[in-house]
Amino acid sequence: MAQAAIELTGINKSFGAVQANRDINLVIERGTIRGIVGENGAGKSTLMSILYGFYQADSGEIKVDGKPVSIKTPNDAIALGIGMVHQHFMLVENFTVIENVILGAESEALLNKSIAKARSELERLEREYGLEVDPDAIIEELPVGLQQRVEILKALYRGAEILILDEPTGVLTPAEADHLFRILQQLKEQGKTIVLITHKLREIMAITDTVSVMRQGTIVATRETAGTTVEELAELMVGRRVLLQVEKGEASPAEVKLAVKGLTVKDSRGVTMVDDVSVDVAAGEIVGIAGVAGNGQSELIEAICGIRRAESGSVLLDGKPIDVTGIADPGELRDRGLAHVPEDRHHVGLVLAFEENENSILGYHDKPLYLKGPFLNIDAIRNDAREKIEKFDIRPGDCRLRTANFSGGNQQKIVLAREMEQDPGVLVVGQPTRGVDVGAIEFIHKQLIAMRDRGKAVLLISVELDEIRSLSDRILVMFDGRIVGERGAEATEGELGLLMAGVEQQEAAE
Amino acid sequence: MSTPYAKLPGWADYGLIPLINLLVAFAVAGLVVLLVGENPFHAAVILVDGAFGSGQGIAYTLYYATNFIFTGLAVAVAFHCGLFNIGGEGQAYIAGLGVGVVCLAFDHVLPWWLTFPVAILAAAAVGALWALIPAYLQARRGSHIVITTIMFNFIAASAMVYLLVGPLKPRGAMAPQTRQLAEGAQLPKIGFLLEPFGLTVRPSVPFNLSFILALVMAVVVWAIIWRTKLGYEIRTYGFSPKAARYAGISETRIIIITMMISGALAGMMALNPIMGDQHNVSLDFVSGAGFVGIAVALMGRSHPAGIVPAAILFGMLYQGGAELAFEMPAISRDMIVIIQGLVILFAGALEHLFRPTVQTIFASLSPRSVSMAAKGERA
Repeated sequence: MAQAAIELTGINKSFGAVQANRDINLVIERGTIRGIVGENGAGKSTLMSILYGFYQADSGEIKVDGKPVSIKTPNDAIALGIGMVHQHFMLVENFTVIENVILGAESEALLNKSIAKARSELERLEREYGLEVDPDAIIEELPVGLQQRVEILKALYRGAEILILDEPTGVLTPAEADHLFRILQQLKEQGKTIVLITHKLREIMAITDTVSVMRQGTIVATRETAGTTVEELAELMVGRRVLLQVEKGEASPAEVKLAVKGLTVKDSRGVTMVDDVSVDVAAGEIVGIAGVAGNGQSELIEAICGIRRAESGSVLLDGKPIDVTGIADPGELRDRGLAHVPEDRHHVGLVLAFEENENSILGYHDKPLYLKGPFLNIDAIRNDAREKIEKFDIRPGDCRLRTANFSGGNQQKIVLAREMEQDPGVLVVGQPTRGVDVGAIEFIHKQLIAMRDRGKAVLLISVELDEIRSLSDRILVMFDGRIVGERGAEATEGELGLLMAGVEQQEAAE
Repeated sequence: MSTPYAKLPGWADYGLIPLINLLVAFAVAGLVVLLVGENPFHAAVILVDGAFGSGQGIAYTLYYATNFIFTGLAVAVAFHCGLFNIGGEGQAYIAGLGVGVVCLAFDHVLPWWLTFPVAILAAAAVGALWALIPAYLQARRGSHIVITTIMFNFIAASAMVYLLVGPLKPRGAMAPQTRQLAEGAQLPKIGFLLEPFGLTVRPSVPFNLSFILALVMAVVVWAIIWRTKLGYEIRTYGFSPKAARYAGISETRIIIITMMISGALAGMMALNPIMGDQHNVSLDFVSGAGFVGIAVALMGRSHPAGIVPAAILFGMLYQGGAELAFEMPAISRDMIVIIQGLVILFAGALEHLFRPTVQTIFASLSPRSVSMAAKGERA
């Protein structure tokens, strides 16, 4: 058996009453890839933050290469050869690759020597691990896949022997993810130790040697990857059997409810984010828009829902135009039966500082039901909130609790309950299950399909290809602001992946 | 702005932290007193006794507090919308013009109880209009409200100087102020309200009816912010402009309405000195109350139930400070300003100084209170 690179013994960490990590024992062998899976809030990130020096454990011991160590800051971790690639990149966008790599590791006041040293070192690293990046490219001009490579280079430049990756594939196309896995494989062959935190079970199966499952702060199981299945891991994560694929019948699309024609949207810098997009959504169908994050999907739904002004094009709701190029009022669109579950529930869909019942009327606070003259009808609002809590099984079931204190899945249910219970004709949903635990995903998917079966038009946007494939009746793929292809529900992942990566339709068909 | 408030139980957030800030401010102020060779404990006794030791003192304290309740509420309403209205000073000053014009026009014609409502409307309207311009510039042109409201303080001050040395000054008078107002524009004193508590108040003490108006406005502000649709929209915008956009709340409309309410509240402050005390409009009658309102709002956590006690605290500093300067010759008027400044510094600008420590202590003592912290670190 290989020597242990990391050995954690009896790690405990609480934040107040919440015990984020409970008696964690974890041994990671040198030169292996270890997956750590678990639902949101299972304690994965806390554990890795303890290892990387963001937090101190309340009790327990950490050994690196067999020696007991105390890691108080990320600098201690770096000195011990531990590197971390964060889910959200920690890069200075307008610096070059090389400037980012030496950031914080500059050796003297003038940069030229540090840069020269870094350049030769980078060339060596790139050769050794196949991590090609132009050292003089500006970060913001690089695709996300390459930006992530820079993060890995940063860690290696600082002498990392142990590399922790937190949800590394969230922003990548399937092809980019494959490339990342090849790099990780290569790093492993060179003797590096890799810890991969993810909630995507398929990635675990594809790349890891062993996998540890966390639930409610403890490690409930560690398995040889070769000897386990996705179903077993999902069950271990949630603590019960989970339907990974939702059951759904044939769609029976009726009249077109939402017709988008030639919609073009520019961002504040004048860059075209949505380029001449046309989409029809009929009653009784779910149309999914797949694509890697940042290819214009967000801007598309914002324009449709009146939050962002479009440059040109038209949108018809029930045959009547929405003033997308002028001042469309989201409140008026709600009255016309267009409900919107925004991608960013933390800043857009909810006010986290509000009580749950206050969020359950956001956007519908004009409805007479919730008002008594200019005053809010507090009783009506709270009763209404309680009904929704009941119906959508929102936990904890306290409508006076601050929204920030709900888990991601329950927050999303608050938004969905609010939008669905108004019985809209059209529902536009962005990233319905981002940051939502497996159990809630199942519930949310069932609700969306129930909407469709009630004859509503659903436009779904998601970067999770699995989600798009299991829910959609028709799939459109967006790349660089344009719709680059349309497929049926039976489209394969590979086919969609190529479209998402911008490979032309004809080539994809070959 | 929302997250730092999330992690402590209410009583610690609204009681303990302001108390710690206050104690530290007084400790540092005590050092200053020590430096000039006086006994800080003795000074503290004089200060508190001067403010609360007699019916006289209490009435003066509440008179000053009246000003700070109005300006504190003004700042708080804007805070709830995520706006920082530093222009309370100017809004109150220029509102003095509205009050003055109404009083000069009606004081010989109407009884005070008819002049008063008209003057309230005039004060509110002028204050609101003065806040409208910066609000419009913020909402439609993106000019930062902090900058514009500060600038409007200067404009208000200059305009008032012009008016008070020119058009509003009685012919032949030497002082830059209006003529004395007749009884029809003088608010009744309410010192008698303190008598049931065994306190006697001389009729010359300017504690007057506008204190009651200030308390009424505190309730009105509470109702607007937490019980009306408008308040819901204000708070939504204040916490998250994006969520407000999503909810169909017009940014322009909400900024302008909120700032006008804020300006109206600041404007009402002018009633207290003009109709309740001096019975004229004089130069610089606001004397910093607009700025003290910022500290009052911060210390009161933008909640009327916190603003009223915070305003009374600052009233105490004004009144007790005056007594202190009188009793201890080594402590000059400027020293009192230093003490007030320290309270503003610790209670206002540095209000979060001790929060992390308190949070750590709470985290180890009462775990439930900090469940937020753990949620923030979800996997």
